[in-house]
Amino acid sequence: MPELIVSPSPHIRNEVSIEKIMYSVIIALIPTTACGVYFFGVHALYVIITCILSALFTEYVALRLMGRKFVMDGSAVITGLLLALCLPPGLPLWMAAIGAAFAIAFAKCAFGGLGHNIFNPALIGRAFLTASWPVAMTTWTKPLTYDAITTATPLGLWKMQHIATPSINLALGNVSGCIGETSAIAILIGGVFLIAKRYTDWRTPLSYIGTVAVLAFVLGQDPIFHILAGGLFLGAFFMATEYVTTPITSKGRIIFGVGAGIIVVVIRLIGGYPEGVCFSILLMNAFTPLIDRHVRPRVYGVKRKSFFVSSANKGD
Amino acid sequence: MKLDELTKGVFKQNPIFYLMLGLCPVLAVSTRVDNALGMGLCVFFVLVGSNVIISIFKHRIPSQVRIPCFIVVIASFVTIVDLLMHGYAPELHERLGIYLPLIVVNCIILGRAEAFASRKSVFHSFLDGVGMSIGFMLGIVGIAICREALSTGKIAIFDCTIVPTFTQSPSVMMTLPPGAFLTIGIIMALINYKNIRKEGR
Repeated sequence: MPELIVSPSPHIRNEVSIEKIMYSVIIALIPTTACGVYFFGVHALYVIITCILSALFTEYVALRLMGRKFVMDGSAVITGLLLALCLPPGLPLWMAAIGAAFAIAFAKCAFGGLGHNIFNPALIGRAFLTASWPVAMTTWTKPLTYDAITTATPLGLWKMQHIATPSINLALGNVSGCIGETSAIAILIGGVFLIAKRYTDWRTPLSYIGTVAVLAFVLGQDPIFHILAGGLFLGAFFMATEYVTTPITSKGRIIFGVGAGIIVVVIRLIGGYPEGVCFSILLMNAFTPLIDRHVRPRVYGVKRKSFFVSSANKGD
Repeated sequence: MKLDELTKGVFKQNPIFYLMLGLCPVLAVSTRVDNALGMGLCVFFVLVGSNVIISIFKHRIPSQVRIPCFIVVIASFVTIVDLLMHGYAPELHERLGIYLPLIVVNCIILGRAEAFASRKSVFHSFLDGVGMSIGFMLGIVGIAICREALSTGKIAIFDCTIVPTFTQSPSVMMTLPPGAFLTIGIIMALINYKNIRKEGR
């Protein structure tokens, strides 16, 4: 005779755990990483390994200082890997190590560790390195040459010299840029894998990339160039979909994507930097609590309200 | 205890790290050690002077208009410092720029006038002013040492190198406002960490 078990909800648990999601994301990043190493040579691999080791070490030290147990949940590995993917391939290794340590210590552990950070740690690491060593962070290596021939990125060429790069090169990745932002196809493979496993929501990348394409088209730019160049794909599939720092509702995710897309186009067309993906996601991270507050889903059984009334009444 | 009035400003009630007053000049001027030293000396002169004067006249100042009266006293001392520095240290005067006249609205000075000098005796107010401004100077110079070392790779006070260049690629960010916030935050975190450990024992 079965026992009667009395327990509070939830009664049905999913098999998905933090570790499972994190390692899936790492698997999804393998094509991008492989492409980066193929195009930029072994130094790119050193940068990636340095970032991951530094992130893990910093997380271990920070958690020990906070009096907590270190759990190998893969989140530090992802932060290190994502940071490395948005760094130039020729960056000195000690700078990469400092960037990863900063990302973990200040953007993650200072806010309370996994699940409490406001901003995406990897992007904070990148923003810190850009502000600290602007020259090293904008020295780009030419792909497939394996030595330090410096060139401009496609977006830099477009902004400074008005030279457009062929889209086929942008899609395959035979362009200069950060380690992980070369091949749009490789990123797409990883992104679709995560969406197919339902670990990420298709709404954020679609609304993000879609907004950039539409706005670029409306403003008389080549939309294909703008969505393929720079870090838009990497940001849209792997950074704008981070669980902790982006909205939790589907409507909120669309708002997040549209807002980030607008900021990217504004920075690229008007701002001083050639690329704005990093700052667009960081800025929208800051808006995430606000978005979440205003697009709360209707509670099951409660009457539907009109948009204006509901948003006016939600000032609690 | 009289000595307590002196030391509390340096350690227990350090204006920067405990009271968190006067952070604007600290953020702005702590890019270089000599700027920080200059700012610390100015604050020293103004704070001690205004504390003493306000303490002397504390019974004559009507409480309804006490803030304007404090400001007049403080502004007179700031004008003295401004003119003296313009005359004898024009280079430093130029580098401190707008932050020199802005000492008038420095929270520490008005705060000490309101909270301490307008109530306590002249001698105590003098000791309080000296302690507080030494605490301020220690804080701002400490922050400036960290920032100058990390942002230029060396420390030089008035063209005299204290620490020779130790890195060829220093971090530009430490000269920018985020560098100041980070430095203050880290020092505050270390002090709090130490205090928590002390209490736990």
